[in-house]
Amino acid sequence: MSCWQTIQDYAFRSLGHGARLLPKDDFTLCEQITLIGSGMIWNVYFGFFALISGFFLATAVALGKASKTTWVRKLAEWFVLLFRGSPLFIQFFFAYFGFLALKSVSPIFNPFTAAWLGALIVLFLNTAAYTGEIFYGALRSIPKGDVEAADAYGFSGMPRFRRIIWPTMLRLAWPAYTNEAIFLFHATALVFFSGFPAWQQRGDALYYANYFADKTFNPFIPYPILAGYFILLTLVIVGIFGLINRHLSRHLPQDARRMKRPRMMLIR
Amino acid sequence: MFSYCTDPSALEGLTWLSCYLTTGKHAGFYISFGTVLLLLAITAPTALAFGFAGATAARSRIWPVKWFGKTYIAIVRGVPDIAFFLFFVIALDQMFEWARHQIKCPDWDEPIRQGNDFVVCQAAKLPLGEAPQWVHETYGFFLAVLTFAIVFGAFAANVLFGAMRAVPHGQLETAEAYGMSRRQTFWRILVPQMWVYALPGLSNLWMVLIKATPLLFLLGVEDIVYWARELGGTKLSRFTEYPHGDWRMWYFLVLLVFYLCFTKVSELFIERLMVKLTHGQATTGGETQRKAAV
Repeated sequence: MSCWQTIQDYAFRSLGHGARLLPKDDFTLCEQITLIGSGMIWNVYFGFFALISGFFLATAVALGKASKTTWVRKLAEWFVLLFRGSPLFIQFFFAYFGFLALKSVSPIFNPFTAAWLGALIVLFLNTAAYTGEIFYGALRSIPKGDVEAADAYGFSGMPRFRRIIWPTMLRLAWPAYTNEAIFLFHATALVFFSGFPAWQQRGDALYYANYFADKTFNPFIPYPILAGYFILLTLVIVGIFGLINRHLSRHLPQDARRMKRPRMMLIR
Repeated sequence: MFSYCTDPSALEGLTWLSCYLTTGKHAGFYISFGTVLLLLAITAPTALAFGFAGATAARSRIWPVKWFGKTYIAIVRGVPDIAFFLFFVIALDQMFEWARHQIKCPDWDEPIRQGNDFVVCQAAKLPLGEAPQWVHETYGFFLAVLTFAIVFGAFAANVLFGAMRAVPHGQLETAEAYGMSRRQTFWRILVPQMWVYALPGLSNLWMVLIKATPLLFLLGVEDIVYWARELGGTKLSRFTEYPHGDWRMWYFLVLLVFYLCFTKVSELFIERLMVKLTHGQATTGGETQRKAAV
């Protein structure tokens, strides 16, 4: 079987298109690269949507933590503590079995036990908590002068937040947020190892890499392929976030625009 | 456990629960919490040693060593740690068996990889086929510790590498001016001073390490996740004296609370430690303390 044929069969296998059966033996390099790459679709899907949706909740959480109202602040603090203080792996398990229990109560919860929705919700809440903490830190280190200048120009309430505070907060948080995004994409690899079933063997990249390693008993081929894909993904994320960073700091003098290398200790 | 537990089906409420929670299987569950703590206790210093070696290598003047150290530090940033866990557990096992195979059976002429099989001679098997169960379990645990140490050693190396660079350069120059050799400067000046700079990163790493312990389950060790799944699943009255529905959610809730408490306690402890260590230091933290005391 030619490599082109393999790509046609397996490129979208993780979504359920193409050949139904996974290769059983005589695995070629082409098959491994294609299937693991096919699984990457899920990693990108989880990471992308969790990142986008988590961004908005994170802004709310950061504002909640900085709020003067006690119950709002306490709520935000507990939310962050719950999701940052416990392992993502356990959160996945708990959510899956929780949804399973809810499923027997009402059929509305049927899609929640599938990875595409259930795991996405967990990742969304998780990244919102981590990002919320980053944004809160940035919110507290906004230069006093910026806010005072805004006040002097007659900004207040929503316009002041939207035009002055929010963009500055994002710019300050950006290096750490880049890191968070990288580790969020890495965390997506946990989904199919934590209770959520890979229905009809439609799994993510690590699921397929693990499949090949189990079948061939040779970890030295599938895992480096997976590593290659993830390094590529990391480079793409760093590139995109760098572009956004350039946009966020376009008003600064040239030498202040470069993103400082973020500290990397933010994994779950 | 208790004397009234002889006929669980007749019991109700709290008495039933007290019997249920003290069965032999639950003892395994409680012991597995010890497994997790043991793993942490062994892994943390081992990973620190790996990290120290990695950071030292990355500073080396010999370029292959330097290159190796830098790659070791850099690689964990690009690839999910769970992939490393799954990789190293098999890779290390095969590496050990291969090495033993080369030593113990030098006149073996068949290839080691035959299709989808990894074949070594009987004497090179790890652990040996006739070894008792506990040897198998210990070997599995040993592999898990080594895997954790390699992965977290890379993180620790990154922290220590940064800390070594944070030590003021003047200190090292002064040491040189006093005629100390490179080795002496390293051990007498750099290493004692770097810990203050490394502590925030290392304490963060400790938190991350705590939260990585449930991954033991993926490495085939019977840890708390294994037991929570095992005990929580639906039990029919045919197989057990304590039938119940699907309680896995509640078991994982217990684990969630366990980890929350563990991280919270660690956080408080580290805060105390930081206050102690920054006392009298010429940093912003130390300055704030001094002002508060006045």
